[in-house]
Amino acid sequence: MIIYLIKRLFAMVPVIIGVTLISFLIIHLAPGKPTDVMTELNPKITPEARARLEKYYGLDKPILVQYGLWLKRIALLDFGNSFSTDSRPVIDKIWDKKLPFPDRRLSVTILINLLSMLLIIAIAIPVGIYSATRPYSLGDRISTVCVFIGFATPTFWLSLLLMMLFSVKLDWLPISGLKSLNYATLGPWQQVLDKSMHLVLPVFVSAFGGIAGMSRYMRSSMIEAINNDYITTARAKGLTERAVIYKHALRNALLPLVTILGLSIPGLVGGSVIFETIFGIPGMGQLSYQAIMTRDYPVVMGILTISALLTMMGNMTADICYGLVDPRIRVK
Amino acid sequence: MKRSSSLNPEEVPIFNGMKKLFYTLLLFFAASTLHAQDNATAPSYGDRLVVGTIGEPSVLIPMLASDSASHDVSGLCYNGLVKYDTDLTVIGDLAKSWEVSPDGLTITFHLLPDVHWEDGAPFTAHDVEFGFKTITNPDTPTAYAEDFRQVVKFEIIDPLTFRVTYDKPFAPALTSWGNMTVLPSHLLAGKDITKNELTRKPLGLGPFSFKEWASGEKIVMEANKTYFEGRPYLDSYIYRFIPDAATLFLELQAGNIDLMTLTPLQYSRQTDTDYFKKNFQKFKYPLFTYVYFAFNFLHPYFQDKRVRQAIAHAIDKQEIIDGVLLGLGEPATGPYVPNTWPYNPDVKKYDFNLEKARQLLFDAGWRDTDGDGLLDRDGKPFEFSVLVGMGNSVRLNTATIIQWRLEQLGIKMNIRVLEWSTLINEFIDKRRFEAILLGWSIGLDPDQYDIWHSSKTGEKQLNFISYKNKAVDELLEKGRRVFDVQERKKIYYRMQELLAEDVPYIFLYVPYSLPIVSSRICNIKPAPIGISYNLPKWYVPKKLQKNAPVP
Amino acid sequence: MIKLPQTTQALLKNPLALSGFIIVLLLFACAVFAPVLAPYDYKEVNVRAILAPPNIHHIFGTDELGRDVLSRMMYGSRISLAVGFVAVGIATLIGILLGAVSGYYGRWIDSCLMRLVDIMLCIPSFFLILAVIAFIGQSIWNIMAIIGFTSWMGVSRLVRAEFLSLKEREFVLAARASGAGDMRIIFSQILPNAMAPVFVSAILGIAAAVLIESSLSFLGLGVQPPLPSWGNILTSGKDNMETAWWLSVFPGCAILLTVLGYNLLGEGLQDVLNPRLKNK
Repeated sequence: MIIYLIKRLFAMVPVIIGVTLISFLIIHLAPGKPTDVMTELNPKITPEARARLEKYYGLDKPILVQYGLWLKRIALLDFGNSFSTDSRPVIDKIWDKKLPFPDRRLSVTILINLLSMLLIIAIAIPVGIYSATRPYSLGDRISTVCVFIGFATPTFWLSLLLMMLFSVKLDWLPISGLKSLNYATLGPWQQVLDKSMHLVLPVFVSAFGGIAGMSRYMRSSMIEAINNDYITTARAKGLTERAVIYKHALRNALLPLVTILGLSIPGLVGGSVIFETIFGIPGMGQLSYQAIMTRDYPVVMGILTISALLTMMGNMTADICYGLVDPRIRVK
Repeated sequence: MKRSSSLNPEEVPIFNGMKKLFYTLLLFFAASTLHAQDNATAPSYGDRLVVGTIGEPSVLIPMLASDSASHDVSGLCYNGLVKYDTDLTVIGDLAKSWEVSPDGLTITFHLLPDVHWEDGAPFTAHDVEFGFKTITNPDTPTAYAEDFRQVVKFEIIDPLTFRVTYDKPFAPALTSWGNMTVLPSHLLAGKDITKNELTRKPLGLGPFSFKEWASGEKIVMEANKTYFEGRPYLDSYIYRFIPDAATLFLELQAGNIDLMTLTPLQYSRQTDTDYFKKNFQKFKYPLFTYVYFAFNFLHPYFQDKRVRQAIAHAIDKQEIIDGVLLGLGEPATGPYVPNTWPYNPDVKKYDFNLEKARQLLFDAGWRDTDGDGLLDRDGKPFEFSVLVGMGNSVRLNTATIIQWRLEQLGIKMNIRVLEWSTLINEFIDKRRFEAILLGWSIGLDPDQYDIWHSSKTGEKQLNFISYKNKAVDELLEKGRRVFDVQERKKIYYRMQELLAEDVPYIFLYVPYSLPIVSSRICNIKPAPIGISYNLPKWYVPKKLQKNAPVP
Repeated sequence: MIKLPQTTQALLKNPLALSGFIIVLLLFACAVFAPVLAPYDYKEVNVRAILAPPNIHHIFGTDELGRDVLSRMMYGSRISLAVGFVAVGIATLIGILLGAVSGYYGRWIDSCLMRLVDIMLCIPSFFLILAVIAFIGQSIWNIMAIIGFTSWMGVSRLVRAEFLSLKEREFVLAARASGAGDMRIIFSQILPNAMAPVFVSAILGIAAAVLIESSLSFLGLGVQPPLPSWGNILTSGKDNMETAWWLSVFPGCAILLTVLGYNLLGEGLQDVLNPRLKNK
């Protein structure tokens, strides 16, 4: 098992290099330079001043040299400094050690995505089972349509509708941000409550689209499991339908779901851009949008690398879980 | 617009030790000038102002910042040597007085005594010298060094006096000494200006002192108790960043934001309800900005003046102002803002007239010979692209209207929306554009040498349309070297006449700034320079103060 | 191999798939006949009728420049369809090519290509799309191309799996024995038999591409004016939700219907084409 783990970790290295190389080339070969944003259209900037800025950020070197330098620093876990005018280290922007753990951008995004994943699982699995055990029934059809409506609703539109209803009209939930302005003066329990209230809408909205996909996967993987020979055998043995479905079919149907969850991580990071912008949440999505719009290459690369790492960890965890649950593919 | 107070504390001597007297005076004023308002509306300390914006500041050292959010916040920490008064004249801020030598080549500044940084260190000429050296240092990534490069000598005469010398008369010299160069040298000397803790945790001497910056969330500032003009009434100033405009507006509606800038649609369509009238006060004043449609003179179609004039006749400025700004702007006729001294109201104007436009194009040889609805000349159809910067729906809508109008003339105009840096580096700098829709933010000094002078057409320089006119060149050279306002006025009046005839840009409009403020906040006095200049004097009457403790 | 008559017949028996099919058909009709059906020119600005609510002249109201929303939505359906089809076309093409090569030849080609798939799957694609669009400009072609180039991995895995199982089958061995070249075997023997799942995933992909376009519009990176897309009409509606509901409700419903239609159709096809999933 340990040897397997080490092997897997080593196998990650070429993938990481591939991911970063592809991203690096795409980003750096696009026309335009980040120094332009800084100088915008300022009537007082001279060409010399601009050339100085470019040199300052090392943008005058050939691209592969730039990548080599970047990779060398990454190997030492140094993501470099942001190109934005604050010149902070990229790692500080993503993982600010001065902040309490839950307030760091990466943990904010991970927390919301974990919560929404839980919500997805909690809703999608029962819906999937229901549909799979009664395929083409009225209930299956209604849930199919509901699920697709969820999938088809543009996130930003839904967010604003919910905000108008729950926050402005009913005044039940806060509109945006993660904490109220008077957060620091609250007691510990009130703080938890305050934060939870802020999280309700973002978590719901980010889970909304995923529920559709996941429940469809669950449905088809469940139908496939039910149609297998061992289920027929189990039925033949005279087990109750309940036991057949929940003990035998479900366990097998859940396996592919683990992989799908692992693979959905990059999509979640991408989706964060939308709901973090709408809800004004200080997470990775918001940071990445800002970084793209200001051509902050080091931050863009840092976020890409970290989300790729997260995805790989997710996949590895999924594979390990898979191996633990299913003896057939357990590694020697 | 009804203002809830007509007090003017500017005329009241404010010293910390004279609070009692101060209150009496204010009560007196309140009783005599406000109708039907009890003394509950008197100024009092306390409460907070929550400002909402879309953008987050990037750095809080003024000379390093290029975005308005950074300048808004750092401007509360750092004062300048001079500032603009409400009537746009230059008055002292940290400088008590100054003398300009008769030849205009030297300025001697006398600083206010007894001004201290928040940590108690005295503010002296050494701080300005440090800032000056930093901004002119080639290693400092700043966009504001050029005015200071004109300075050939900086001498400290005594801790509160210094003298700067220019090699040629430089009319914008005095106004350049705003807040760019005031930095605490005792904290920054010997440190890298871009990598020190003051970039995110400023320590200044302005009305508010920095308390906290929660990335992606807010910046909290508190009243500076030792501010040299007396502490501000408001206890704290909170700057919240909400990247989405619709969310921001919902927060305003829910009362969680006290001040924000409205879009024209929000101003005229969404805030005219009783709820907004009761709870908010709206303002509007022209910005020091003009939006224009520029032609690339290197493009063969636009070298012909008749073509440029024809397009000017095809653009209905009033339609754009009515349709896009909903009337909240003024037509622009030249590179200056109406009602400022260099603005010449009597230049040649191009009325909206498609017939005239067609005639001019016909004279220039453009006609539809193949019947496809597009004008053509020498077998080439009249088609070009206009570039627009991303993220500005007002400008995009402006371009859309122009596009539609030109189509009626038989000209196909494509719109390309580009992210800022691509727009500048790949298209403007390399002159790879045909036309462009942009805005200039102008200073109060009328010098626009960099934009119009024919020597500024090199790569990456600002006369990117490659406009060359000898008469304009001469006026620009003369204008920046004389100090007499009447004489400069004549020069720039003439320049505007020449530009109006030549149409290098079609000057479209001057937009209004449209701030909205909670009606809790009293003593806002709109002036040509905006509303926030007297922010330290804004207050919330005791009765209306929110009880929420300061965060 | 997809057998059209049976497939259609089976589809007609499935009410959900049928309704999906009808929705998709209607959308096509709308897009094709937009110039005939639209009551106004979608570009026509009217500053005297800004944000007019639905009325007799403008049944869906007008937008912030006084343009007719119904006409814009009809033309917008062309853009949304084009984005969906071209993007998915690109993705499917790349996916089939790489998947076929990988599955047919195996060995190092397979491991290299599958490593590439792993790499692409680790990159958050929406993020990459944003970056590329922001950096190289947001023309409709760029949008289609980049969506296509970042979403081929699923297809290539599907095709590869089909190839792995089909290449040892008798008909392939027979073709090889009769001296057919690799290209011929890949394209005329194996591929037609591997198309069913690809077809289903392409239909589902169209729905996803329509949604990506609307998300790009929300971030200001969608198609450029004067072209209307549902995404950019919806985005302009977002800032006027309370005062101009018609700007968000109509395009919102259009997107919803389209995505719903494609998904129902895709799911229905899947059930029809994949007998293993069929309930006995």
